[in-house]
Amino acid sequence: MLNRIAELGAAGLGVLQGLGRGLLLLPAILAGTLAMLARPRLLIRQLYSVGVMTLIIIAVSGTFVGMVLSLQGHYILSQFSAEEALGVMVAASLVRELGPVVTALLFAGRAGSALTAEIGLMKATEQLSGLEMMAVNPIHRVLTPRFWAGFISLPLLAAVFSALGVLGGWFVGVGLLGVDDGAYWTQMTYKIDFQGDILNGVIKSVVFGFVCTWIALYQGYDATPTSEGVGQATTRTVVQSSLVVLGLDFILTALMFGE
Amino acid sequence: MQTNRTMEILVGGFLLIGLVALFFLAMNVSNLSRGVAGEAYRVTARFDNVGSLTERAKVTIAGVRIGRVERIEYDSKTFEAVVTLALDNRYNALPDDTFAKIYTAGLLGEQYVGLEPGGGESNLKEGDEIAFTQSALVLEEMIGQFLFSKAEEKSDDVF
Amino acid sequence: MSNHSDSDSPLVRIRDLVYRRGRRVIFDGINMDIPRGKVTAVMGPSGTGKTTLLKLIGGQLRPEQGSIEVDGEEVHRLSTRELYRLRMRMGMLFQSGALLTDISVFDNVAYPLREHTGLPESMIRKLVLLKLEAVGLRGARELMPAELSGGMARRVALARGIALDPMMMMYDEPFTGQDPISMGVLLELIRSLNDAAHMTSIVVSHDVAETAEIADHIYLISDGKVVEEGEVAQIRESENAWTRQFIGGRADGPVPFHYPAAEFGEDLFGEGA
Repeated sequence: MLNRIAELGAAGLGVLQGLGRGLLLLPAILAGTLAMLARPRLLIRQLYSVGVMTLIIIAVSGTFVGMVLSLQGHYILSQFSAEEALGVMVAASLVRELGPVVTALLFAGRAGSALTAEIGLMKATEQLSGLEMMAVNPIHRVLTPRFWAGFISLPLLAAVFSALGVLGGWFVGVGLLGVDDGAYWTQMTYKIDFQGDILNGVIKSVVFGFVCTWIALYQGYDATPTSEGVGQATTRTVVQSSLVVLGLDFILTALMFGE
Repeated sequence: MQTNRTMEILVGGFLLIGLVALFFLAMNVSNLSRGVAGEAYRVTARFDNVGSLTERAKVTIAGVRIGRVERIEYDSKTFEAVVTLALDNRYNALPDDTFAKIYTAGLLGEQYVGLEPGGGESNLKEGDEIAFTQSALVLEEMIGQFLFSKAEEKSDDVF
Repeated sequence: MSNHSDSDSPLVRIRDLVYRRGRRVIFDGINMDIPRGKVTAVMGPSGTGKTTLLKLIGGQLRPEQGSIEVDGEEVHRLSTRELYRLRMRMGMLFQSGALLTDISVFDNVAYPLREHTGLPESMIRKLVLLKLEAVGLRGARELMPAELSGGMARRVALARGIALDPMMMMYDEPFTGQDPISMGVLLELIRSLNDAAHMTSIVVSHDVAETAEIADHIYLISDGKVVEEGEVAQIRESENAWTRQFIGGRADGPVPFHYPAAEFGEDLFGEGA
């Protein structure tokens, strides 16, 4: 019995230690920002592997999510003869929730896991130690550009997701289901508020970008340097990012859209 | 170096696509294209009861949106609601005896402020107060009044 | 460099070093002196923390107690900036080579030069070719690390390690998993680089025969203690039972063949069965 309690305590302490190491890593990453700006090539390279490589999956998902929203929304709205509100419904769901959240989830799966695996492997093959012995700070050189690349990419990806979703919804709603073109757009521009909806959505995606990249980098940097350890760290990145994104989304939504 | 160049172009394209998407959301999806955001002047109006009017509700004249409700406060001295309206600068020729009324869009729709221009000589300016207002119609009050008047009719019959 | 650098004092001086990982004691108060200009071998069974020792000297790990001085500077008292400056004068060859996998052999060797010297590209090219020539891989400069064999990767890493002409080179298990030919090449390189460039070398290994071939001085460590130290000949003649078992590679001796267990008979027929 006492052993069980001790195990519980040890597990709790382990979690706290992990959190502490993660928190300490952040200022170390940010401290490398100025040095990174002196070598913009490092950032461009990471923007490529984090942003450009994720763009396709985001674009395709965004379009299809918008199309499905339009189909489902039309079905429900037509029962109240309120098809004109289709544009608002599609745009509001995308801009407020689905854009930032689904993008962040896909980002964690595509870019986050890749970041963790890459850094974990660099650690396992002693590349990080090698940099350190060459008197190069591996956090500044390896982690900082990746952090900023993720931080910049996610809001842009979320915007692409929402924009293509609105267009996909327009294609299905107006093109296939015969909703009035004017109504789709005017209703949307009437009801969607720039500050309240668009900016809040962007803020969400900025927060998600920050957290998802941070988790991915921390898990890679803290991974047990074996192939097994890197695999586990990659899984942890996806699981933790997803849970944190959904949890934070609830909190942010309550703060932003609640009265 | 060719691969470097391709990469730079792709990254540039990615940033551009992202910004275009943001711009599209701002201009084509949201109300930003409808102005009012920056170039506005503010007037206040006092109502006995604002019903369920909310901040950011629209302000219309002849059915056309010309501004939005910016703030709703309660004046504890006069027991009235003070509503600040932000009106688009393009519509700055409203007479100072304009009438403000709270309407409901549809039977159960949201509430908004409708303005009816009067015939005054001078115009409303930044910081002015609209003198003539009519409060929101509150359903319970209306029903109450209706029942009361019915009851009065009945009692008239008796006597 | 400074007034510490008189040639008699040891380059690395380790005093009362204690290091623990979790509850396991890796080093339990060891003392070592690594002489200048010589090849010093640190040998011991697997898992005695030989790699850890190199990381402690390089300042990548922090000891619990005791001190490590490199060229008169106490590694763990230095500020980050000073530590980095010291590391520029140390080279380290990792077991896996630790080459950066996303850039070519040439760029790997050029990396520390570009990072720390600010030399023009034409000069860097010359220096890189010089270093690659020294390890016999000038022809492989366009290859990516993934295209190299294990032995070649280590030689490239060695070229990178000596790119900044360090005062000392640390080798972490340089012979593990090498075929006899690349083993011979590496032995030759370590010895000749040490003598030609007046470097100090620390070789961590458990390959007794190969290491003894090039070492001037040997430290044997086991269970967190220095078991014995001395010139190669001295170690070979040692009376110490443990040393004889290790050097001779015998299966049984002070280090038992059997992992500690209950009596065999008891285990087979006892109550636990």
